[in-house]
Amino acid sequence: MLIHLKVFRFDPQTEKAPHYDNFELQAEPTDRVLDLLEKVRNEHDASLGLRRSCAHGVCGSDAMRINGKNALACKKLVRDLNSDHITIEPLLGLKVIRDLIVDMKPFFEHYESLLPYLINEEPLPTDGKERIQTEEQVLRYEDTTKCILCAACTTSCPSFWADGKYIGPAAIVNAHRFVFDSRDRAAAKRLKILNQQFGVWRCRTAFNCTEACPREIKITQAIAEVKRAITTGKLD
Amino acid sequence: MSNIHEFDVVVVGGGGAGLMAAWYASKSVRTAVISKLYPIRSHTGAAQGGIGAALGNYEEDHPEWHTFDTIKGSDYLGDQDAISFMCEEAVQAVYDLEHMGLPFNRTPEGRIAQRPFGGHTNNASGKPVRRSCYAADRTGHMILQTLYQQCIKNKNIFFDEYQVMDLLIVDGAVAGVVAVEMATGELHTFRSKAVIFATGGHGRIWEITSNAYAYTGDGPAILARRGIPMEDMEFFQFHPTGIYKLGILITEAVRGEGGILFNNKGERFMEKYAPRIKDLASRDVVSRAMYLETRAGNDVNGQRFFNLDVRPETVNKYAEIDGRTRPDGSAYQVTAAEIMSKIPDIADFCLTYLGVDPTKQPIPVQPTAHYAMGGIPTNKYGQVVIDEKNTVLPGLYAAGECACVSVHGANRLGTNSLVDLVVFGKHAGINAAEFAKGADLKPLPEDPTGEVMRQIEALHAGSGKERAAALGKEMRVEMFDHVGVFRTDEGLQHAVAKVQELRERFKQVRVADSGKVFNMEMLQTWELGNMLDLALVTAQSALARTESRGAHARDDFPQRDDATWLKHTLAWLDGEQVRLGYKPVVVTQYQPKERTY
Repeated sequence: MLIHLKVFRFDPQTEKAPHYDNFELQAEPTDRVLDLLEKVRNEHDASLGLRRSCAHGVCGSDAMRINGKNALACKKLVRDLNSDHITIEPLLGLKVIRDLIVDMKPFFEHYESLLPYLINEEPLPTDGKERIQTEEQVLRYEDTTKCILCAACTTSCPSFWADGKYIGPAAIVNAHRFVFDSRDRAAAKRLKILNQQFGVWRCRTAFNCTEACPREIKITQAIAEVKRAITTGKLD
Repeated sequence: MSNIHEFDVVVVGGGGAGLMAAWYASKSVRTAVISKLYPIRSHTGAAQGGIGAALGNYEEDHPEWHTFDTIKGSDYLGDQDAISFMCEEAVQAVYDLEHMGLPFNRTPEGRIAQRPFGGHTNNASGKPVRRSCYAADRTGHMILQTLYQQCIKNKNIFFDEYQVMDLLIVDGAVAGVVAVEMATGELHTFRSKAVIFATGGHGRIWEITSNAYAYTGDGPAILARRGIPMEDMEFFQFHPTGIYKLGILITEAVRGEGGILFNNKGERFMEKYAPRIKDLASRDVVSRAMYLETRAGNDVNGQRFFNLDVRPETVNKYAEIDGRTRPDGSAYQVTAAEIMSKIPDIADFCLTYLGVDPTKQPIPVQPTAHYAMGGIPTNKYGQVVIDEKNTVLPGLYAAGECACVSVHGANRLGTNSLVDLVVFGKHAGINAAEFAKGADLKPLPEDPTGEVMRQIEALHAGSGKERAAALGKEMRVEMFDHVGVFRTDEGLQHAVAKVQELRERFKQVRVADSGKVFNMEMLQTWELGNMLDLALVTAQSALARTESRGAHARDDFPQRDDATWLKHTLAWLDGEQVRLGYKPVVVTQYQPKERTY
C-alpha cells in the first residue's frame, strides 16, 4: 500500500524553525513505523535523525508521536494506524535537538531524583544466599519493573507539558517499583520526595500515561497507590 | 587541544558487562563509562529466558554439571579452565544480583525460581535440569535495569551517546580512547590507565537477526584495525526460534515451559536429532535440524519456517508422553494462564507483530543470527591477549559478547551469555582497577585524534557512486546465504570475494550530511565499515576451518576433526587481507568425545 509519510524536521545548525518533509512510500500493513523511517533514511534522506536500537519494543529508544499519539515506532504497525497518512513528530515537552531526537537529560534527572535503586543496609542472609521474597511479594511491584524509560508516558502528560519541573509518571513508576518491594527500606524517604511541590500531586489523573505506555504498565493505578501510601502512611 | 579527559579506567559500552565492570572498578578508582546509547538502551535488555547458575533451588545441581554442559555445548572448543571458573562464579553472581535488588521469580519457599533450558542437564540422568534463574521472560531487562540503578546509586560517571572510534596504544600499552560526542560532533580524547571494551556483538552482519541496530561490532573492529587479532570469528550462533522474517527472538524458555517444534507433516522432528532431550537440545543442533528438515522439504508451506507450539493442549500432551513432572513429583500440566504468566513478553511480541496468540496458535519460527561466540581474545581475568602465546596487552580488557575468553567455544548454551557478562564484567572491572592502581597514564601520541579525523574525512570524501544502504543489504544477504547455518567451500569462497568487493566499493560511499549535531548518517556509515571488516574476518576464518564443530557446520566436512582442528582461530586484519594463526584449546579434565543429546 502507498503511505503518505509526513515527518517533523529540525536542524538547529541551518534552521531557525522546524518544518515538515513529505515522503510517499510503498509499505506492507505489517511494516513497523520504524521500518518506514529506515526506508526514508536508506532511500530518500539519510540525514533524518532518530534514535533506535532493538526494533522490538524493549530498549525504549524510539518513542515519538505517531499521528499525534506517543508510541514506540518499532511497536506500532502500519495496520494499527488505520490510515495511509502518517505524521511523525518528536516527543512533546522535551527540547528538540535534531529532527526526532529530543533532549532526554531532564527526563533522567527526574528519574534519578527518586532514588531508583534498592536501599537496604541490613546484613545479608548469613548463608550468603538470596533474601527470601514470596511470589506474592514479587507480584506486588512486578508491573512497574517492566518500565523501559522510553519517556512515552511523561511526555504525554498535560501536567508535565505545563511545567517540566513535575517529576512525571515515569519517575513515579520507578519509585513505586521500590516503595512496594518488600526488600527495600527507603519507602519513607521516597514518599517524602513524592509529596513535595513537584511530586505526585501534580498528577491530575488524565490517564494519558497509561494509554501511552508501550509496556502496558498500569501507571495511573501505580500513581494512585503511591498517593494512598503518602496519605495513609501505609504500604499495603 | 580541548576535550581531554583523564581517568584510571574507561569502560566502552554500557550494557551488562560494561556496567558490571564499571560498578566494580569505580569502587576503588576513577572510572568512566562511554556508550553510544543511553546505557539503559543496551542489548542486554533484550535477553529473555534467564541466567544459568547451579543454585539447586528445586533439585540436585552442581557447578561441575554446569561446567560439563558448557564444555559439551561448546563442542569442546571452550577453554575448560575459564568455563570452570565461570560456572563456579555464576552462583555468587546470581546471589549478588539478587542482593542488588533484581526481582527474580520465586519458588514456593521464596527462593530464586529456576527453569529448564537447552543443553542444561542433570549429568547423572542426562535429563533437563532447572538451572536458569529467571524474571519472567525479561531477565536481561532486569539485569540491565538493576545494574544501571546500582551505578546511579554509586554515582558512576557516564558519557552517554559518545561513540568511541579509536583505541590509543603507546609503546605497546593502552593510553586511552578517542570518541565523538554525538550531540555536538566534537572529538574527545580520554586518557586512561586501563580500558575495558564491552561493546556487544555484531549480529547485524546477517539478514535475519535477533540483534539490535546497535550491534555492529564497533569494539572488535576498532581493535582489529589496531592490529589485535579476532578469535574464533567463524563461530556465530543462529538461534533456532526467531519470529519468521523479522528475526525477533522467541526465547528457549518457551520450549523450557513445554513448547514443541513441528514440521510441515506435524512431526516433532527434534526426536530424530536429539532423542534424549529433543526440543531442548543445544541451539546449533536445533538450527541445523531445521536446515536439514528444510532440505528434505519438511518446512511449513515450503517457506523455510517451522511451528513452535506452546498451546496448553500440546504442552500437556507431550509432557505426558515425556513423563515430565513438577518439582513435587506431580504430572506437569499447564493452563493458558500459566503459560502467559511465564512468557508475557513473548506473547506480546506474537500479538504485536504476527497477530498470533501463542496459547491459541503456533508461532512461525526460523533460525535467526543471534550471538557472537568469537571476538576479542581474552584470558579469564578479562585481559586482552594478542597472539598465539597469549601475550597480554597491558591495560587492555574486554568482557561480554565482544570478548572471546573462550567460554562458549563453538556454540553457546542458552543463559550463558548473561553468566558470561556478569562474571567476566565483574572480574574485568576488578582487575582493570588493580592494574590502574599500579600504572601511570601513558603520554598521548602526537596527534591522538588523527586517525579518527582521517576516518571521518574519508567518509565524506568518497565519489558518492555507491550508497551505504545498498552495500549493507548486499552484505547481510551474502552472509546469511553463505556464512549461515550451513557452509561450503564454494559458498565461503564466494562470500570472501563478495565482502572484499563490498569493502572496495565502500570507499566510493560519500556521507552527504556535513553537520555536527547527531550526524547519524556519518555514524551509521562508519558502523557499516566496522561490519564489513568483521564480515571479512568471519568468512575467511570459516573458509579455513575444514571441519564441522558447533555453530560452524560444513556440508563438505561434516565431521568434527579434533586431530587437526581442536584449536582456536586467530585472525589479523592486515589492510585488505586476513592473516590466520591458531592457538591451543585449554583442556583440563574433560577429554573431547562425541556430542549427542
